[in-house]
Amino acid sequence: MKGIRLRILKDRAFKFAIYLLSLLSLTPLFLIMFYTFRKGLKAINLQFLTHLPKPVGVEGGGISNAIVGTFLLVTIASAISIPIGVWAGIYLSENKRSWISEFLRITVDILQAIPSIVIGIIAYLWVVKPMGRFSALSGGIALAIMMLPIVVRNTEEVLRLIPPYLKEASLALGVPYHRTIIKVIIPAGIPGIVSGILLGISRIAGETAPLLFTAFGNQFMNWNIMKPVNALPLLIFNYAMSPYDEWKRLAWGASVVLILLVLAGNIISRMVAKKWKVQF
Amino acid sequence: MKGKRAFKLSLIIAVLIVAIIFFAAAISLTLGSLPALKEFGWKFFFSKEWDPVSDRFGALPFLVGTLLTSFLALIISLPLSLSISILLGEYMKNGRFSSTVKSLVDLIAAVPSVIYGFWGLEVLVPFVRNLEIKFGIVPYGVGIFTASLILSFMIIPNTASLAREVIELVPGDLKEAAYSLGATRYEVIKKVTLPYARSGILAGILLSLGRALGETMAVTMVIGNNNNIPKNLFYPANTMASVIANEFTEATGDIYYSSLIAIGFALFLVTALFGILGRYIINKTTIKIAK
Repeated sequence: MKGIRLRILKDRAFKFAIYLLSLLSLTPLFLIMFYTFRKGLKAINLQFLTHLPKPVGVEGGGISNAIVGTFLLVTIASAISIPIGVWAGIYLSENKRSWISEFLRITVDILQAIPSIVIGIIAYLWVVKPMGRFSALSGGIALAIMMLPIVVRNTEEVLRLIPPYLKEASLALGVPYHRTIIKVIIPAGIPGIVSGILLGISRIAGETAPLLFTAFGNQFMNWNIMKPVNALPLLIFNYAMSPYDEWKRLAWGASVVLILLVLAGNIISRMVAKKWKVQF
Repeated sequence: MKGKRAFKLSLIIAVLIVAIIFFAAAISLTLGSLPALKEFGWKFFFSKEWDPVSDRFGALPFLVGTLLTSFLALIISLPLSLSISILLGEYMKNGRFSSTVKSLVDLIAAVPSVIYGFWGLEVLVPFVRNLEIKFGIVPYGVGIFTASLILSFMIIPNTASLAREVIELVPGDLKEAAYSLGATRYEVIKKVTLPYARSGILAGILLSLGRALGETMAVTMVIGNNNNIPKNLFYPANTMASVIANEFTEATGDIYYSSLIAIGFALFLVTALFGILGRYIINKTTIKIAK
């Protein structure tokens, strides 16, 4: 029996250490947020959001091409990954134990674990190389590969939570299987599915590595998906590594826009999941 | 009945597309790295020569860079992420403060890595450089140490959230039994909670490690891009991911290009392995706890 005083002291010290270390692990987040907003908010105004970047040495300029580019890339990625992902998720929740499902789950886990830069290589090999040039399409496909596992996993988990009696009631009324899925199961799960999609979008909107050799970046406005486009994270990377203060200023502004975009995606996703939840 | 068949077919098609994407990715990477592997054989991963001019390539410097940054980051981040998971799983299970901390940890994971890199470049690099001047080390500022610092912070959420979940799952009667024997809270955490949650923590560590190995942008921006084996932890280096990010668009010649793809392929295999291992451990734990 060790001295009780010593043991209590140890207990207190441990608790103190846990609180201290927890605080320490959150500190960098505050520092980064504070620094980014202090530097970036100054750069943001109407011109910043609606104009193109200016050449080196010219004051002013904006990031409108990067905003358009990110919008294009996210749209392409969503158009590809949402239908496939939701449908594959439905398959998983409907066939929980088949060997195809087990296999698919492993595949999705691995897809999710692939580093983003490797996904960039894959999209390069599949799209950029055959087409012979960088394009928004290839960037969108890279992002779609990143978003797909998130949508599949999330859809499956949401649909799993729907009680089986809902489906049984519908089938007992003589509703065919496919109409039961479309009219009963999907509507019951839609808040969760939508929230997962939003989460996926906010995840890919901030990705830089898969775009380096697919969307590539572009100094000009471009709406053509067969040509290279700029994107917010790409612009931040390129301007952050440049030696010009004016470009760094633009990069800080773009960082604030990107953080707000990602935060909005996260918050809306949570609100959708909470407020719009179907009660059983 | 026709509708049912068509519907089931459409589900199978979606599943097939996902599977095809996976296999096609693996095959493309294999084919893409073949020229380099044929040229250099297994020596590719043990040679430290990376010379685009004479077309001699070896990935050893990048393997070393990746391993050093990842493990250093893991060592730095482990006490931090474990503290957070113990805080949320033991000391503060509910309440407003607890949910705020949870949201903040989620926020760490949500911030795009390029912003970590930018901040690292502008704030952390000068800071480390000043430290290095004080300690009399060659003041690069950029390097393995700086990259590990940024990484260690970025991977906190991976371990913290998984470890918290398993710590919360530790059965209350086990802990109460220990308390009733007169154990202090510290003793309960050390002797009951943590051993019980061991495998979940391990899974969290594997996931963090997978993330650290593949992290590209933040590392690329602060590691200094040096293609030689680093002399010490404060030396500029390159990781597997960062060398691809830096050189892929400039790669001229098939062998150069294929060597970079081979590095990507190796990265793919390692992270896939960690992903499967982590998932396997999680599945095993949840089954054990569910019983």
